[in-house]
Amino acid sequence: MDYRPWSINKKKMLSINDLKAEIEGKKILNGLSLEVKAGEIHAIMGPNGAGKSTLSSVLAGRTEYEVTSGSVSYEGKNLLDMSPEDRAREGLFLAFQYPIEIPGVSTTNFLKTAVNEKRKYLGLDPMEATDFLKMMREKMDYVEMDKSLTSRSLNEGFSGGEKKRNEVFQMAMLEPKLCIMDETDSGLDIDALRLVSNGVNKLRNKDNAFLVITHYQRLLDYIVPDFVHVLYKGRIVKSGDKELAKELEAKGYDWIKQEVEANS
Amino acid sequence: MSDTQEVDIIDQVVSQEYKYGFSTDIEMETAPMGLSEDIVRFISSKKNEPEWMLEWRLKAYRYWLTLEEPNWQNFDLKPINYQDIIYYAAPKEKIKLDSLDQVDPELLKTFEKLGISLSEQKRLSGVAVDAVFDSVSIATTFKDQLYEKGVIFCAISEALHEHPELVKKYIGSVVPYTDNYFSALNAAVFSDGSFVYIPKGVRCPMELSTYFRINAENTGQFERTLIIADDNSYVSYLEGCTAPMRDENQLHAAVVELIAMEKAEIKYSTVQNWYPGDKDGKGGIYNFVTKRGSCEGAHSKISWTQVETGSAITWKYPSCILKGDYSTGEFFSVAVTNNRQIADTGTKMIHIGKHTKSRIVSKGISAGKSHNSYRGLVKINKRAENARNHTQCDSMLIGDRSGAHTFPYIEINNKTAQVEHEASTSKIGEDQIFYCNQRGIGTEEAVGLIVNGFCKEVLNQLPMEFAVEAQKLLAVSLEGSVG
Repeated sequence: MDYRPWSINKKKMLSINDLKAEIEGKKILNGLSLEVKAGEIHAIMGPNGAGKSTLSSVLAGRTEYEVTSGSVSYEGKNLLDMSPEDRAREGLFLAFQYPIEIPGVSTTNFLKTAVNEKRKYLGLDPMEATDFLKMMREKMDYVEMDKSLTSRSLNEGFSGGEKKRNEVFQMAMLEPKLCIMDETDSGLDIDALRLVSNGVNKLRNKDNAFLVITHYQRLLDYIVPDFVHVLYKGRIVKSGDKELAKELEAKGYDWIKQEVEANS
Repeated sequence: MSDTQEVDIIDQVVSQEYKYGFSTDIEMETAPMGLSEDIVRFISSKKNEPEWMLEWRLKAYRYWLTLEEPNWQNFDLKPINYQDIIYYAAPKEKIKLDSLDQVDPELLKTFEKLGISLSEQKRLSGVAVDAVFDSVSIATTFKDQLYEKGVIFCAISEALHEHPELVKKYIGSVVPYTDNYFSALNAAVFSDGSFVYIPKGVRCPMELSTYFRINAENTGQFERTLIIADDNSYVSYLEGCTAPMRDENQLHAAVVELIAMEKAEIKYSTVQNWYPGDKDGKGGIYNFVTKRGSCEGAHSKISWTQVETGSAITWKYPSCILKGDYSTGEFFSVAVTNNRQIADTGTKMIHIGKHTKSRIVSKGISAGKSHNSYRGLVKINKRAENARNHTQCDSMLIGDRSGAHTFPYIEINNKTAQVEHEASTSKIGEDQIFYCNQRGIGTEEAVGLIVNGFCKEVLNQLPMEFAVEAQKLLAVSLEGSVG
């Protein structure tokens, strides 16, 4: 594991405690618990249908999901009480698995609105146009994003790779504390994967944390996690370090499923 | 922000009443209620009109009596009792049109409140304003500066005295009183409106605009606007409108005529924000307007841009008659309906000259229980060689109780014509809103952003000074439509 001086005295950022959630009466999360501290990267892995995307949706506040019990504390506040936009303004960011297209709204305009809504929430004045454009230029470099993309309609006609880079670019612009990446690697070729990962690595610091949801170990070669958790049937059934991801890659999920069944 | 605070804000936003719903308490002189030849004579004499004008009005009135209300529209219209309307209402004080000092301060305050400053110091720079209050024009700014360039911009009642030859020549030339039920009514009882003449070779140095305000109760507003752009001239004109909140429906039946001579260009923009009625459909303005432009000369161009957010019912088709060879007609429209509002709007492009071109971009947004129809006619006459039209007609639905309808008519009588029609219907998705939410953008702002994106092509056509206002207006009219 790479050496990070800030790994001592880390601040608690996210505490998920015995979380249960369902959609349309179907139970998806069945008592999930997880602690994330500032400066950490946690990878969440697991077979299809384990509840990975549900976890990101519940944390971001999608109303289709009903939380039936448990609690989520974010920076000491009750996350589940907050509206999705307030969660975002408080620094929670979700990089979407399928970024949404908004015709006629440029990425620049969209981000200007988002940045200024957050500033308003924090009691700050809107950003000066020149400062904003300067910030855009800086942050675009993080993911080597082409300037022309920012004046085009948000995500409309973007390739898969462009959409994901745009997600990381937005992340850079909004400077979140907790970044949830929902299968960001899906549909990316190796070059795009490297660009996206480089962006994330530039963004990480002692004050923010990442929750990286993925099927595959390959992303974790680039974004090296401190912890790897295996999600199965809506619970974390195994945790380890990055070696666990390699083991999963080599052996698949069946042995974990068997372990769980044997213990239950 | 706490949860309860947020609920409060959403409550406020949803129940937020129409911002311009106040009324001005001012002594008015009104005609007796109802319609008759005497009323027509009363209005004409109030304006001290020449005899020929009165004759024209009376002919129109007698013609109107023979007509029946149209019934082909895509909505039910409760019968209007034309005897329950007051056809003339004017602030009592005698106003000298040349001096703002003479204008009742109450009126200046009213327009100030609407964001239209008429006083010298606070005028919008680069925009000349004609302010029409109920049946009369109360002030026109920058008139003298414009006159130096030869541009005439004044109330039509004033033009009747100052430039009778122009008015006589052109009034009713594009929209004759025989055109339809409401144009006949308007010709009989029209009270005021704006008159614009741009002489040959002049590019009007500023935006011209008229602000229409209905104030008096039970009163209809029947204004008439006439814009003439002579050879090689250019003018950009904008109208805005608001009215107080009242439980009764009020009728606004205007006529607008545009005439573009050779190589002239007229750009006519509307930001219509009449009182739309309450959320249950009580009250609101009936906006039944006939707007038509004639591209008389070769290479002339008329461009209509409209942002329609108000009115209980909007019923109008700003159209272009493309007579001159190589002339161009454009229609850019955004119509937003919320709650119980109805819009049946679109355009007619009549290609007569050779190589004439027209372009139609219509964006309809329906929310609440409203209904929004696009109705358009593209007609290529027999002798219109090489005419071209492109129509794009997009509808957006918000929620699942609103309706979007399209009625495109195409008549082609010349086989060299190229006519294209594109249409789409979309729904504001939960996914789009959630995506915005996740970036810290609240739902109301998100709807505003998405709708503005949807209408961008049309909003881009508006003069800079008004584009921002129009964007805000779109967001405001849809407040409370989601969630």
